[in-house]
Amino acid sequence: MSTEGTDRANDVAPKDDEERAGESHGSEAQVTREGLEGVRPGREARTWSHEGSGQGRRTRRSPRKRRREEAFSSYYGRPVVKEATWQAMDIAGYFFLGGLAGASSVLAAGAQLTGRPRLARPLKLGAAGAIHLSLIALIHDLGRPARFLNMLRVFKPTSPMSVGVWVLFAYAPAATAAALGELTGTGELDRRVRPIADAGTAGAAMLGPAVASYTAALVANTATPAWHEGHREMPFVFVSSAASAAAGLGLLGAPLAQNGPAVRLAMIGAAGELTAVKLLERRVGIVAETYHEGRAGKLMRTAEALTAGAVAGALVLGRRNRLGAALSGAALLAASACTRFGIFEAGLASARDPKYTVQPQRDRLSENAA
Amino acid sequence: MTSSPRTPGDSAPKGGACAGADSLLGVLLEHGDPSDSAGWSDHPPRMGFFTDTSLCIGCKACEVACKEWNEVPEDGLNWTGHSHDNTGGLGADTWRHVAFIEQRVPVGEHQPNFQRAPAAGEEGEDGFRWLMSSDVCKHCTHAACLDVCPTGALFRTEFGTVVVQQDICNGCGYCVPACPYGVIDKREADGRVFKCTLCYDRLGVGQEPACAKACPTDSIQFGALEELRERAAGRVEQLHDAGVVQARLYGESPDDGVGGDGAFFLLLDEPEVYGLPPDPVVTTRDLPRMWRNVGIAAGALVAGAAASFAGTRR
Amino acid sequence: MARVPGPLADWPLLRQLRDGDRFGRGAAVKSAATSALRPRTADADRVVKSVCPYCAVGCAQNVFVKDDRVVQIEGDPDAPHSRGRLCPKGSATLQLTTGDSRERFVLHRPPHGADWERLALETAMDMVADKLIEARADGWEWESEGKRTRRSMGVAALGGATLDNEENYLIKKFLTAAGIVQIENQARVCHSSTVVGLGTSFGRGASSTLPGDLQNSDLIVLEGSNMAEAHPVAFQWVMEAKARGATVIHVDPHYSRTSALADIFVPLRAGSDIAFLGGVINHVLSTESDFREYVLAYTNAPTIIGEEFEDVGADGLFSGFDEEKRGYDPSSWQYDGAFVAAAAGQRDQEGNIAALAGEAEGREGTAARGEPKLDPTLQHPRCVWQILKRHYASYTPETVESVCGVPQDVFAKVCELFVANSGRERTTAFVHGVGWTQHTIGSQYIRAASVLQLLLGNMGRPGGGVMAMRGHASIQGSSDIPTLFDTLPGYIPMPHAHSHEDLEQFIAGTSARRGFWGEMRKYTVSLLKAWWGAAATDENDYAFDYLPRLTGSHSTYDTVMEQIKGTVKGYFLFGENPAVGSANTRMQRLGMSKLDWLVVRDFSLIESATWWKDGPEIESGEMRTEEIATEVFFFPAAAHIEKEGTFTNTQRMLQWHHKAQEPKDEQRSDLWFIYHLGKRVRERLAGSQDERDRPVLELTWDYPTEGEHEDPDANAVLAEINGWDADGKMLSAYTELKDDGSTSCGCWIYCGCYADGVNQTARRKPASEQNWTGGEWAWAWPANRRILYNRASADPEGKPWSERKALVWWDAEQQRWTGHDTPDFEADKPPDYRPPKDASGPAAIAGNTPFIMQADQRGWLFAPAGVADGPLPTHYEPQDSPVANSMYPGRQRNPARQVYEHENNRYHPDPGEPGADVFPFVVTTYRLTEHFTAGGMSRWTPYLAELQPEFFCEVSPELAEERELEHAGWATLVSARGAVEARVMVTDRMTPLQIGSDQPRTIHQIGMPYHWGANGYAKGDSMNELSSMALDPSSHIQEVKALSVDIRPGRRPRGAARQELVREYRERAGITAQTGIKP
Ligand SMILES: Nc1nc2c(c(=O)[nH]1)N[C@H]1C(S)=C(S)[C@@H](COP(=O)(O)OP(=O)(O)OC[C@H]3O[C@@H](n4cnc5c(=O)[nH]c(N)nc54)[C@H](O)[C@@H]3O)O[C@H]1N2
Ligand SMILES: Nc1nc2c(c(=O)[nH]1)N[C@H]1C(S)=C(S)[C@@H](COP(=O)(O)OP(=O)(O)OC[C@H]3O[C@@H](n4cnc5c(=O)[nH]c(N)nc54)[C@H](O)[C@@H]3O)O[C@H]1N2
Ligand code: SF4
Ligand code: SF4
Ligand code: SF4
Ligand code: SF4
Ligand code: SF4
Ligand SMILES: [Mo]
Repeated sequence: MSTEGTDRANDVAPKDDEERAGESHGSEAQVTREGLEGVRPGREARTWSHEGSGQGRRTRRSPRKRRREEAFSSYYGRPVVKEATWQAMDIAGYFFLGGLAGASSVLAAGAQLTGRPRLARPLKLGAAGAIHLSLIALIHDLGRPARFLNMLRVFKPTSPMSVGVWVLFAYAPAATAAALGELTGTGELDRRVRPIADAGTAGAAMLGPAVASYTAALVANTATPAWHEGHREMPFVFVSSAASAAAGLGLLGAPLAQNGPAVRLAMIGAAGELTAVKLLERRVGIVAETYHEGRAGKLMRTAEALTAGAVAGALVLGRRNRLGAALSGAALLAASACTRFGIFEAGLASARDPKYTVQPQRDRLSENAA
Repeated sequence: MTSSPRTPGDSAPKGGACAGADSLLGVLLEHGDPSDSAGWSDHPPRMGFFTDTSLCIGCKACEVACKEWNEVPEDGLNWTGHSHDNTGGLGADTWRHVAFIEQRVPVGEHQPNFQRAPAAGEEGEDGFRWLMSSDVCKHCTHAACLDVCPTGALFRTEFGTVVVQQDICNGCGYCVPACPYGVIDKREADGRVFKCTLCYDRLGVGQEPACAKACPTDSIQFGALEELRERAAGRVEQLHDAGVVQARLYGESPDDGVGGDGAFFLLLDEPEVYGLPPDPVVTTRDLPRMWRNVGIAAGALVAGAAASFAGTRR
Repeated sequence: MARVPGPLADWPLLRQLRDGDRFGRGAAVKSAATSALRPRTADADRVVKSVCPYCAVGCAQNVFVKDDRVVQIEGDPDAPHSRGRLCPKGSATLQLTTGDSRERFVLHRPPHGADWERLALETAMDMVADKLIEARADGWEWESEGKRTRRSMGVAALGGATLDNEENYLIKKFLTAAGIVQIENQARVCHSSTVVGLGTSFGRGASSTLPGDLQNSDLIVLEGSNMAEAHPVAFQWVMEAKARGATVIHVDPHYSRTSALADIFVPLRAGSDIAFLGGVINHVLSTESDFREYVLAYTNAPTIIGEEFEDVGADGLFSGFDEEKRGYDPSSWQYDGAFVAAAAGQRDQEGNIAALAGEAEGREGTAARGEPKLDPTLQHPRCVWQILKRHYASYTPETVESVCGVPQDVFAKVCELFVANSGRERTTAFVHGVGWTQHTIGSQYIRAASVLQLLLGNMGRPGGGVMAMRGHASIQGSSDIPTLFDTLPGYIPMPHAHSHEDLEQFIAGTSARRGFWGEMRKYTVSLLKAWWGAAATDENDYAFDYLPRLTGSHSTYDTVMEQIKGTVKGYFLFGENPAVGSANTRMQRLGMSKLDWLVVRDFSLIESATWWKDGPEIESGEMRTEEIATEVFFFPAAAHIEKEGTFTNTQRMLQWHHKAQEPKDEQRSDLWFIYHLGKRVRERLAGSQDERDRPVLELTWDYPTEGEHEDPDANAVLAEINGWDADGKMLSAYTELKDDGSTSCGCWIYCGCYADGVNQTARRKPASEQNWTGGEWAWAWPANRRILYNRASADPEGKPWSERKALVWWDAEQQRWTGHDTPDFEADKPPDYRPPKDASGPAAIAGNTPFIMQADQRGWLFAPAGVADGPLPTHYEPQDSPVANSMYPGRQRNPARQVYEHENNRYHPDPGEPGADVFPFVVTTYRLTEHFTAGGMSRWTPYLAELQPEFFCEVSPELAEERELEHAGWATLVSARGAVEARVMVTDRMTPLQIGSDQPRTIHQIGMPYHWGANGYAKGDSMNELSSMALDPSSHIQEVKALSVDIRPGRRPRGAARQELVREYRERAGITAQTGIKP
């Protein structure tokens, strides 16, 4: 082949290459006679590499970035946290029954001390019945009920459910003993049972408050916005709701002559519950929507109405009319149940919509930033 | 991003109200390797994942490799229309999930001929990009799922990872709502809960997790957490220098609400865009206060009851 | 605290208090089962080395076996090409092979039968053997149009890309000996255009490089490839390149996961690439940005073309076109005063013999062939350089914009990057796939890229080359050892029926005088020896006459027409699913319904096996099961882990996969099937005096068998492929082959894979112990060279063009070529060697000419032979296109394309004709990471099926609005062939294009993945109900990458109404038998 061609190429080629090198950054690596040099691992790949470079896009980024932080965005509207897989009947039921039992034991003890056996009797029987039902509900909700006893492998203060189970294991026998005492007659054997029953009554009364309140920590100790955001108020909601339930049971089961404390506890419980719920709803910010809308909303409103009605009924008829007392009692029990189911449903609703997870966290971030 | 466990204007729980709350809080807030406080003496370094989503090609090898290795059941055919994501999200039957996000945003000189008018409500120049990201259990330093588990089925391994022991779990379901990332879930047919184990069995014999091993582009990087954090810091710098200003790490900071993730990410947009919580906080950080208030409430109940008897002796 | 005795000792509660795990969150609560936990990978009895059975990346797999059952399959970290990684498909291999979707027993459907029945394997084999003999006799023809053919048209076979090389070898060997020519496989419908395009341009029809070398590129242009989705594990090398600063461009009609990782995405109109590439070529030529020294020394730019040659004008025709034959006589394209044979493509032409008549009569060869004339100044008006310049002058940025829809500034940017990243110091690599091959002008797409790479000096250099990303696990192997009608092993052309052609004439007409194709006789004689052994003698022309002869094209599509005609009685499907994967699936089923018998060998009951009871025509009532006489046999196939053999991957690398477990029940390997079928046939024909049966009876068919099933030994087959000398010693290189019958070799390009009697393909030296080319991992053809034409990485004097791009170079002390790769050159031939005037074969190769397979040892910018539709790539519109060919107004489509006239294969009207606007939208088709081809290996695999559960089409928001398509709703797509329904994916990733210069218009493109069918776990309509049979004339590939359709909201009609809708569309478009078929 002719040399002309080569010469021509020779004097143009290098110049070309300089020009070329200027125009685009090629590979920094090279294949020399020794082998590969300047190699970098693929995980350092410059992806999106021209983003903003030189074009001054970077400066233009910030405003739209802030805009996006404000605007709520999600991944195809999918939930960020998971809803509890719990069955309402089981778990909300278990909260209600536990509260009823715990508070009843306390009220029962008071009744016994102040010589109101016919107020104590339904409360003790109710407490025992309720706590066993609540345990059944808890076990029924397990994916592997046969493994219920695995709960006793450990004691975990970080797990209200663990703590609760241990408390229940102490409380249930006591409450049962207390109830047995109510079923005894005057026989020789019965006389020997009585001290155990009294011990049970005392023990149940001491553990009752724990039983009635720990479930508040249990729901609140989750990432479910409607529950967790209200973790400060939740215990008060739960105990007052428990108190009114116990009071309701008293009104339902005790004769007019002995139901005075039940009427008063009804007032205290109702007042406590209404205020605590209001405080909670204020605390949780936009998540409060979940307490007002849908099934939760209905339940909470019903609870409020029932409580109001019951309180009025108790005040007017509580000590005069057995039927009126009984109805107010039933209403209080129903109200307490509605509250627990309402809170339960609100939780599920708040987990379902990513807004309630993302928005509060966004707000927190901007507050911290400020 | 730092975030305090406390909501502004709220005082830290003081001792006394609830004895032990402080020591409990101490453990719940501790920094450093969680294995130490989990009863592991001379354990291996904490292992984890750095998932660099800027390298992801959305192939889903991680999803399949995970299912194959862990014999996770196939979970049904449903076409979502959410870009190429027909998996949906993490759950009992999905331990790795690849998210696909199609965005109209300015992408500078990237794709000069691919100018899509900005989406409604967004200004700025035209542009389009397609984000892909493989999500997984975060193996939190402060893991809510683990804290709340009443049976000890969930436990902290010597590698600092969080694993469900299937022979123990009784399906109480408490861990499910406890997880701030919505990771762990119940397999209804089975009754127990399932999630990523960070291939605990493989780690035990020094093998790499199945998903990371399969990943064709090293988007999933497995290793000692400390090294991964260093590498990630360098990577962010590199991307920023290249002009990828919105590259940021997610879950890598020990100061975040969960004390840092054992599996953290490099994202190219806000976390919620990928379905991740912007500022997750482990619920048990507030537990001491809850116990205190439970105590107070319990007392209130006694008081209330007493009051209802006050001066009623007849 | 005090130790607690007995069982209580491991009560976690106590451990909790005792062992410092106060809150019971770690060590204390660890359970017994947890402590006992062991990964099955650690407990396996053995780890078997294997290869992924899905795609051509050929990722290495470790198969873990416990108690003789496979328990886990994952990547082999030692592998240089895959580095232990696997994509979702590879990761699902365990479920594919050990899952319960595989059939385990032989099934039989008697003629007119309503359903399957079980049939004993042995009985089935006997029946098939008898039927094969009968059908072969039925369709036998000694002559066709007075020319000897010695063949049977009564039997056809399809499939091979999923099979081992050893299996394809025995299939081709046996069926050819039986006189069967209609043998085809996926390579036809997949990358046949690549073979023609690369083969004619450079000498070998395979990828010039390996994915692993992309890491050295400065610029990677992915065009016609969806690499991140179709070859995810290979894509890691693109990421490596990016990490080092390389730029990545993706030119594609749809924005895919590949585009998302590219630096620049260039959407273009499907079917317009030649205009686009022509534009870049024009830019390089007009700005003289070519790598001139390279071009002068290594390409045919200076070569002068004969006077008779005429370039295309407005009529879009080159010289030599024959309207009657619908084809070209290429003789006018030849070099001035010389004849050169192509290294691939159209070779055994009647014309050649005429041209070489002189030589054939034994006159001095080179005289007959003449000497190519060169003008190194590139000034001669008829030199290739000048012709090229004139040809592409009209491919301006304006044209590119109006034809492709690529704005001029973007196009300018692309050109700039090409030029900046080529030349002495930089290299650019092209990565292409079937987005280029599957067009009626597909071969020319590849040619266009080849021309550009030659001009820019990127061939044979690190980070350069044309990376053809191929398809199935062994699609490359099934092209090298072809179960294809037009070639013999090693790309030796199948002989055509010519007036008395003997071995001499055949060799003369098909091979170059110079270069390694000059050794064609050695390759051919050695092959004939491998097949007919002692029966192949000098006296009988080494049994050359035993080879059946071709008359034109016998591609799978021509076979379908023969089936419909009734010529073909029996059909074998060796792992291919034409009822979903082939163009116009309706025609495929129609053809099969006319067969006497059909044999399907597969894992599961694919659509091609069950159409007779549940195909669309049954649903529509057009066919009735009881009226279909086709007898169907289903044989369950053994999987790759149940047999041993080699796959050849996309980088020409043969990897041996070992056997990990026994197949279950009646599952058998294809090697077992063809060997035992052959044995049965030979037994039945034994003693026959019929001349027809001699090739079968004299065939060498004695392979050692092993195991309870008498599996033939794949090692023995691979050894025969490698070849041996007179005293049975294994050959180590094809240079040892002789043309006197003293050597035997089943595939000359594979010679050396069993060198020294050692199975070189089973080598597995870890990546960490060798360089990036992985030269000691398995074995690559030819001669274990990993980067082809690598002599071109050095200048004519043998020095690397650039010290930062050194691959092989001349070592003056050693007097040898040395470097990082096996030199693709005679190792001891010095750069200054100049051949004597009358030298032939390798001796005629000068020391400074790298393209050693070429007749003139130069890269072909201009192809004087081999490509049926012209020496230079030229833009024509697809068969069905809504756009008129503005570049050559007189010629809408490739004039030489193959079309088929049948009422079920109607074409769309030309733009401008009445009814043209009935099909206004462009459709292109492609792959998804999560599925595999026609779905046989993914739709039945739950872990993959769940990731892409439904058939969908991708449309832009603009088109959605125009046609009221609802996101996630349903759409019906209609062509003149069929109607399908798909879910609607409205996405910004599809973008309307502005085309046309004088009257600009918007073109909407619809993207469709094609993986679905009626059977399996994830079901859906098949895209190929819409496509038509219209082929590239050189490669006979179908056009499924660009067609036109109409789209409407809602689901398609059911039953008879479905074809009614199609008929209604045809009428509205005024479609007749004549529509769209004129040349
Ligand atoms: N996940 C997966 N991997 C596979 C396969 C699979 O089915 N699934 N199949 C294997 C097989 S058999 C093969 S052959 C390979 C194929 O691998 P590819 O060739 O990558 O396969 P495709 O996705 O069909 O086509 C590639 C690209 O071409 C684009 N395209 C279509 N028409 C045109 C055009 O006219 N011009 C240009 N420039 N581009 C166009 C498509 O939009 C697509 O992005 O993949 C192999 N690997
Ligand atoms: N519209 C459109 N159509 C196309 C394409 C496109 O891009 N668009 N691409 C084309 C391309 S590139 C190709 S390659 C074809 C692919 O089309 P096909 O090859 O028909 O599709 P596959 O599903 O790969 O069929 C291979 C079959 O072999 C079976 N098999 C696997 N291993 C074995 C084995 O060891 N032995 C036996 N006997 N069988 C086995 C599998 O189960 C599977 O059913 O589709 C073509 N069709
Ligand atoms: S991400 Fe959720 S499941 Fe995973 S460790 Fe953290 S809390 Fe537990
Ligand atoms: S469901 Fe299982 S793992 Fe989750 S908290 Fe209950 S026992 Fe623990
Ligand atoms: S680490 Fe193991 S278990 Fe976790 S996602 Fe990856 S593969 Fe699945
Ligand atoms: S395997 Fe890697 S690249 Fe593929 S989707 Fe998962 S993270 Fe992304
Ligand atoms: S399908 Fe291809 S890329 Fe994927 S693992 Fe198999 S060989 Fe590798
Ligand atoms: Mo293919």
